[in-house]
Amino acid sequence: MSGRAPAGGAVAVVGAGMAAARFAERYQALGGRGEVTLYGAEPAAPYNRVLLTDVLTGRYGAAALTLPYGSAVVRTGREVTAVDPTARVLRLADGTSAAYDELVLATGAEPVLPPVRGLRGPGGALREGVHVFRTLADCRRLAVAAAAAERAVVVGGGVLGVSAARALTVPGGGGAARRPDRLPVEIVERAPLLAGRHLDGPAAALLRQGLGALGVAVSVGSRARALPGTGPVTGVELASGRVLDADLVVLACGVRPRTGLARAAGLPVRAGVVVDDALACAPGVHAIGDCAEHRGTAYGTALTAWDQADVLAARLSGADPGAVYRGSRPPARLTAGPLEYAAFGETGEGGEADPGLDVLRLADATRGAYRKLVLRGDRLVGGILLGDPAAACALSRAYERDEPLPADPLSLLITRGASR
Amino acid sequence: MSYRPRPPGRRVSIVYRGGNTAESAPTRAGATLLGMTTTDTHCPYCSLQCGMRLRATDTGAAPVEVLERPEFPVNLGALCGKGRTAPAVLRPGVRLTGPLVRDAPGGELRPASWDEALDRTAAGLSAARDGHGRDAVGVFGGGGLTNEKAYLLGKFARVVLGTANIDYNGRFCMSSAAAAHRRAFGLDRGLPFPLADVARTGCVILVGANPAETMPPALRYFRELRENGGRLIVVDPRRTRTAELADLHLQPLPGGDLALALGLLHLVVADGHLDEDFIARRTTGFEAARAAAMAHWPERVERLTGVPAAQLAAAVEMFTGAPEGMVLTARGPEQHSKGTDTVGAWIDLCLATGRSGRPLSGYGCLTGQGNGQGGREHGQKADQLPGYRSIEDPAARAHVASVWGVDPERLPGPGLSAYELLDRLGRPDGVRALLVMGSNPVVSAPRAAHVTERLGALDFLAVADLVLSETARLADVVLPSAQWAEETGTLTNLEGRVILRRRAVDPPPGVRDDLAVLHGLAGRLGVPKGFPVDPEEVFEELRRASAGGPADYSGISYARIGAEDGVFWPCPEESHPGTPRMFLDRFATPDGRARFAAVAHRPAAEEPDADFPLFLTTGRVVGQYQSGAQTRRVEELAEAAPGPFVELHPALAGRLGVAEGQLLAVSSRRGRAVAPARVTDTIRPDTVFMPFHWGGEGRVNSVTNPALDPVSGMPEFKVCAVRVERAAATEAAR
Repeated sequence: MSGRAPAGGAVAVVGAGMAAARFAERYQALGGRGEVTLYGAEPAAPYNRVLLTDVLTGRYGAAALTLPYGSAVVRTGREVTAVDPTARVLRLADGTSAAYDELVLATGAEPVLPPVRGLRGPGGALREGVHVFRTLADCRRLAVAAAAAERAVVVGGGVLGVSAARALTVPGGGGAARRPDRLPVEIVERAPLLAGRHLDGPAAALLRQGLGALGVAVSVGSRARALPGTGPVTGVELASGRVLDADLVVLACGVRPRTGLARAAGLPVRAGVVVDDALACAPGVHAIGDCAEHRGTAYGTALTAWDQADVLAARLSGADPGAVYRGSRPPARLTAGPLEYAAFGETGEGGEADPGLDVLRLADATRGAYRKLVLRGDRLVGGILLGDPAAACALSRAYERDEPLPADPLSLLITRGASR
Repeated sequence: MSYRPRPPGRRVSIVYRGGNTAESAPTRAGATLLGMTTTDTHCPYCSLQCGMRLRATDTGAAPVEVLERPEFPVNLGALCGKGRTAPAVLRPGVRLTGPLVRDAPGGELRPASWDEALDRTAAGLSAARDGHGRDAVGVFGGGGLTNEKAYLLGKFARVVLGTANIDYNGRFCMSSAAAAHRRAFGLDRGLPFPLADVARTGCVILVGANPAETMPPALRYFRELRENGGRLIVVDPRRTRTAELADLHLQPLPGGDLALALGLLHLVVADGHLDEDFIARRTTGFEAARAAAMAHWPERVERLTGVPAAQLAAAVEMFTGAPEGMVLTARGPEQHSKGTDTVGAWIDLCLATGRSGRPLSGYGCLTGQGNGQGGREHGQKADQLPGYRSIEDPAARAHVASVWGVDPERLPGPGLSAYELLDRLGRPDGVRALLVMGSNPVVSAPRAAHVTERLGALDFLAVADLVLSETARLADVVLPSAQWAEETGTLTNLEGRVILRRRAVDPPPGVRDDLAVLHGLAGRLGVPKGFPVDPEEVFEELRRASAGGPADYSGISYARIGAEDGVFWPCPEESHPGTPRMFLDRFATPDGRARFAAVAHRPAAEEPDADFPLFLTTGRVVGQYQSGAQTRRVEELAEAAPGPFVELHPALAGRLGVAEGQLLAVSSRRGRAVAPARVTDTIRPDTVFMPFHWGGEGRVNSVTNPALDPVSGMPEFKVCAVRVERAAATEAAR
């Protein structure tokens, strides 16, 4: 190791998002003595991406999103263009390079653009009025656009699409110019169910009903085929041929791990950068957060990114060099004003044919509440709690920890969580 | 043996059996009412220090009767069962009535004269000092000792023994709150306002506090709060009797309080409840605290604490919806390896919402032991000198050394914190001879079986106590101490109110006040002067020693305390009115601003896993006090709370196949405790609870984790990982 390196060496973190900030904060808190540098492509210091939809609604000011990152040096706007794991050197877009002792890839994920004709203008950029919603900068642009828009279409009916659609309808939401009225919004979802990765038919129907009450129209089983015309967007053409008028289009079709750097460096990449239980992908190279794939899963959620950051910080700081990550089972959560659900494990219709599974359901259409638990023996294998997710708290914990359930599982459907 | 009531206001000489002569302080505020001689004093137990009136009697089993003293402001006459029955411990069959010594290791304790007992103690302490150096002698004090005793014990350790190693059981009590207080406000006083203010504020968040069981007479203020339209939020993993009174009960996982506080602060930011003006004018460090809170968004906090996000929002709405608010913590959030940070996070919530440094608002700690507050201010803590001075501050050392008439260079530096001290007993780098005064660590220390073993490894152990406690049973010399009704001295209650305990009756002839013990030992160890036996004389010296310090008592006198129902420190001049409400104009930091803590959640030192899948938390029951040394000897209390138990949820009981009353073994990596099951749905299904007042097989501190808070030295009594199983009947707890 080179003489100039500090006691714990130079720890280079590619990325300055949530996983990176958490790693840096924990590394210092756990007594790590190395010099941690975060290289961020975005101009902003680490912030809490989870809260962006509520920046759009005006609940949070952008400054309030700042996350702690310990004593790390954050070099924003410094994109890393290449890493050399053998020489332990990384190269930056400005032509400089930096040596490291330990490398942490926390490059995150990027929005998936759907196969829709006419997304891009002649220069290759998204056309005017077409937005993705991933970064604080995206959020700012979207807020400005929403303030002036007449009608919006959200392509994609997952958690991001639903929460973005709801945020766009909040009157007086955050934007340079706040609009007093409610922006008409429609969600276009290709699959037959809203949030079909988490919800079953009845739950998806209730969610759709809840969106309707907020003025959000929903077209399921509808594929967006093209954005007609050129120049500023005017509408969305569906596979059925119908055209929805829109001067604002939000693409919410999921994200994919950002792996280009790892791939170019010859590191193992499948859906994400492949890491073992030590969160390592090569000697001296680690990956955490949305860019990582662990035991075949690229989680893409902030809570798991932080679980991974905690383990890696324990290892690299020396606080617990033997710490391992064995996977997480956090619930999927939607929190979009009055629309809330928590879902975990196997919740779809398919599993119900399995004779080993017990399925318990409670539905209250009037109050928009739905609870479903899937059990195998005395273990919870999945659940949906929609409308009143207070009960989800205890249940998702039981699921995460694989705890045995009481002998009368029906009582779980009426619990309100551990409080009166 | 009969006890003779003493006429009030007269100074009398007491001749001890050992031949030493000491003067007692005059009884004050005594009165003759309808022919009865009464003395106004205070309860021997908790930090409320309820006022009570004692009537000497020749007819009862005990030498005094307890009467109401309705004019004392804190409790207005009300007393709990512990206070009402306190005279039972004065009976000769219950208490120690003469010194005991042990002639050989493993031998029996036998009665001895005071001269023999003190000679043996002085010899034991000096042998360790001569053989292994000054720091091989240790002192372990208690939060029940009067200010005078605590002060003189600290002076004894530093001046006579010359050891750095003095600490006390208050380290197990409120040391985390004390550390957080000082970090935030520059000063540590349990409550910055009189307790009665609680009834007039708008909303109180009571975190890990159960006054319904621990200090019942205080409950009236929480009831009145609600009658006045205020709201009460209780945070506790158990739905306690206190939680039953609440408008909102948040039931977090043990160890979740830090994340919970940050989650609430997050919502304060999100929902626009920051008091920007207060933050700008009265605080520093907000940006970092906000960033810390942003890392604790509701869904994450829900996962960390088990408290639904909707309840977090309800709590924030309730707290910020009232014009004033208070957060009060007790041992629940404090007795953790992250206790200091946890209290810091709750203080941050107060600062961010402007609920601090204003009338009817603020953060406070409900101190536990009778003199938990004063005990930590006057020098029985390893890092402190009288007046709440730092032992590392040269100016503080110079001041105290001048009062003591010694060279500041001779004062030792900071010593080991309580558990560290106990952990190293009898080891090459540890204490070889120990004097324990007013503490029972065999029951009250974490990992108690280990602590018991360490006490056994000492070359010499002397214990001064009222009764033959579990710790006293291990001693080479047992020194019987006078009790509350038999002594005069000041204590400082949870409000920072200095009150005066007054002697109502003489102790039995074979029993001495601890001041006389220190006097006798100091003389034998070559320091005949400077250890007076008259408490008022000690207090006068304490006043001078505290002058100019953070806890300045120099304007307080016995006469003022009697005339004013107690005096709130700081009180730097005789003409100063005392300080019932602190921080209204400025905080006690150098720049006058409160400091945000900016802390982050971290897991408990030991989280449940496959081998030890449940949380254990510990606490108290209404019928017992601390290690139970006193209250277990009172029949009425022993009947109400006869022994330990394991509280568990019906769902867990069903899984274990255990019914009410069946014996359970609770095991951790450190040891096990056996006690009957108490099945109740007031506890979380992932958590079991045991009270800690008992020794023997039911001693929960055999199981608890001595992981220490890095700032306060507080052990993690409130959470560890355990396994719970059915136990055979032969394992019955005693």
